[in-house]
Amino acid sequence: MSANGAAVIQLIGVEKTYRAGEMEVRAVRGISLEICRGEFVALMGSSGSGKSTLMNMLGALDRPTAGRYLLDGIDVSQLSRDQLADIRNGKLGFVFQSFNLLPRTSARENVELPLLYGKHQLTNQQLREKADRVLAAVGLQGREDHHPSQLSGGQQQRVAIARALINGPEVLLADEPTGNLDSRTSIEIMGIFQELNDRGITIVMVTHEQDIASYARRNVVMRDGSVQSDIAVAQPLIAKTELGKVATADDQPTA
Amino acid sequence: MRFGSTLKIAFRALRRNKLRSALTALGIIIGVAAVIAMVGIGNGAKAQVESQIASLGENIILIFSGSTTASGIRTGWGGAGTLKVEDAEAIRRELPGVTAVSEEVSSTSQIAAGNQNWFTRVLGESAEYFDIRQWALSNGAPFTPQDVRSANKVCVIGATTASQIFGSDDPIGQTLRVKNVPFTVTGVLTSKGLSAQGSDQDDVLIMPFTSAMKRITGGTTLRSINVQVANASDLDPTQQQIISLLRQRHGIRVDREDDFTVRTQKEIADTATATTDVMTGLLGAIAGVSLVVGGIGIMNIMLVSVTERTREIGTRMAVGAHGRDILTQFLIEAVSLSAVGGLLGIILGVGVSKALSIWKEWPSLISPTSIVVALLVSAAVGIFFGFYLREPLLGSIQSMPCATSE
Ligand SMILES: Nc1ncnc2c1ncn2[C@@H]1O[C@H](COP(=O)(O)OP(=O)(O)OP(=O)(O)O)[C@@H](O)[C@H]1O
Ligand SMILES: [Mg+2]
Repeated sequence: MSANGAAVIQLIGVEKTYRAGEMEVRAVRGISLEICRGEFVALMGSSGSGKSTLMNMLGALDRPTAGRYLLDGIDVSQLSRDQLADIRNGKLGFVFQSFNLLPRTSARENVELPLLYGKHQLTNQQLREKADRVLAAVGLQGREDHHPSQLSGGQQQRVAIARALINGPEVLLADEPTGNLDSRTSIEIMGIFQELNDRGITIVMVTHEQDIASYARRNVVMRDGSVQSDIAVAQPLIAKTELGKVATADDQPTA
Repeated sequence: MRFGSTLKIAFRALRRNKLRSALTALGIIIGVAAVIAMVGIGNGAKAQVESQIASLGENIILIFSGSTTASGIRTGWGGAGTLKVEDAEAIRRELPGVTAVSEEVSSTSQIAAGNQNWFTRVLGESAEYFDIRQWALSNGAPFTPQDVRSANKVCVIGATTASQIFGSDDPIGQTLRVKNVPFTVTGVLTSKGLSAQGSDQDDVLIMPFTSAMKRITGGTTLRSINVQVANASDLDPTQQQIISLLRQRHGIRVDREDDFTVRTQKEIADTATATTDVMTGLLGAIAGVSLVVGGIGIMNIMLVSVTERTREIGTRMAVGAHGRDILTQFLIEAVSLSAVGGLLGIILGVGVSKALSIWKEWPSLISPTSIVVALLVSAAVGIFFGFYLREPLLGSIQSMPCATSE
């Protein structure tokens, strides 16, 4: 594994302490971690162990209170808010447990959103072409005009993945992407992730479920804000074969 | 550079919440329309009153018997009969600026011809009255100074009176009875419409004042004297001359008040337009309140929507929006809602004014000032909103990571 060798994510003694009045919560306590280009990492751990806190820092949604975070060699912990926003827009894609799509907005317009905040101003035609291409890549051809309320949970998560991919990010970050989905749909999402990973996109994903984690190639387990274990998965599950096992004759997988 | 995209983002957000956008704009639409329509109604009423006062004639001075004070009427105009025919003759004879004088007596009476009868206002005037009031005849001729001197039983009737008594028949040369005295109709007046007080000026019968005093009213005093001067600049000096002439003739001591009232047409017009100005002001103020309420409505809906839209803001920030992009988006939303609301309000307000002016037959109503003011207010609402919402918006933006990880 670690096919391309170079570390795309480098955490050096990263800490995050939340202050609420007198209370101090040390959510992340000095984590050092390297994730290389092309890796597929599952981040695990019990509730409150600091997974989301760490993911928010990896996703440049939040800054560490101590330590350094190098993304592609850039020290993200030193950047301004607007520079962080540009990193989120261009280099990273973030997928949330609750999808976070804009309501009453078509799948296409949801996917176009990062393009609108991007460096280049595109015409409506260009926006549409790009969005439709990525939507087709996650298997949502023909659903471009549907609103989130007209889509299933799995389909909404695919829209969210398409949105995360639209600007061609280096790293795809996902905080419990299958947390709101049934097991069959979860495997389909893992299928999409594995396909993206095969094409070279680095993926870091938080999950509570051991069987979901075994679709990744590396499992990092957190406990009380620190890394408890960090192991390579000997034999990752292949989503295609797993789906084949559960599929019936008249119910073909689409992922 | 990002502005084009932000415009697109804002318009998409507005389109997404059509109902909320429409309700927000509605406050401004109603406010702006109310201002334009109300000020229009006030201006229309004012123009109406002005044209009615102009219909009194040009360069007119009116003298009433009875005194008034600056603050208002004391004994009532025409109340105590203090004006004599000789007073009018003295004015005609002694004051140089005066070009015409009409002695006026007034009463109301039943009049009849054939089997038709009608209750109308009976005026006694001199032959100069028709020149003073610039009141032409549509038919026949006015009575003459000779008719006045001889107190002949002749009269001129208004358009309303003519149609009530004679229908479609030609009244000229016909006889009608006023308090059982037969009078011959010599002419019919052109229509003047409503007076400033709202009465029908055409519902009238005018005869020589001498005939009226001798045969109808029976009195020896005049209700009023209408005086016309050659030039507008003669109005004030002539008014003063009339006052001193009448005081002298009536033997009024220096420390006593006049027993008559002299008003120039300008003074009458000023009082009337002052009233309509107050009315316009009141209507405008009421409408202004509704505009302000509409503006507050916009801000409230937008403020509520900021808290409601915290999640949306978080999502936008997560995919790369800068804080400024969010502020600009909300500002564009507010400004375009108030601009569209303002424009629709102008269209609605102008429409209502036009409809009213056609219905009420008022002169042109729309004041450009009220349109400009309404537009400025709606623009101000939009821009003020930007500052008003800055704090709550920045709050949402600061708390962004929580909103996204939830
Ligand atoms: N904004 C915040 N302010 C204060 N404390 C916080 C904040 N966010 C998280 N925490 C605290 O930090 C700790 C780690 O929280 P975090 O959300 O990272 O856990 P997690 O591993 O994602 O848990 P879960 O599996 O339940 O999602 C918790 O004790 C939590 O209460
Ligand atoms: Mg979490």
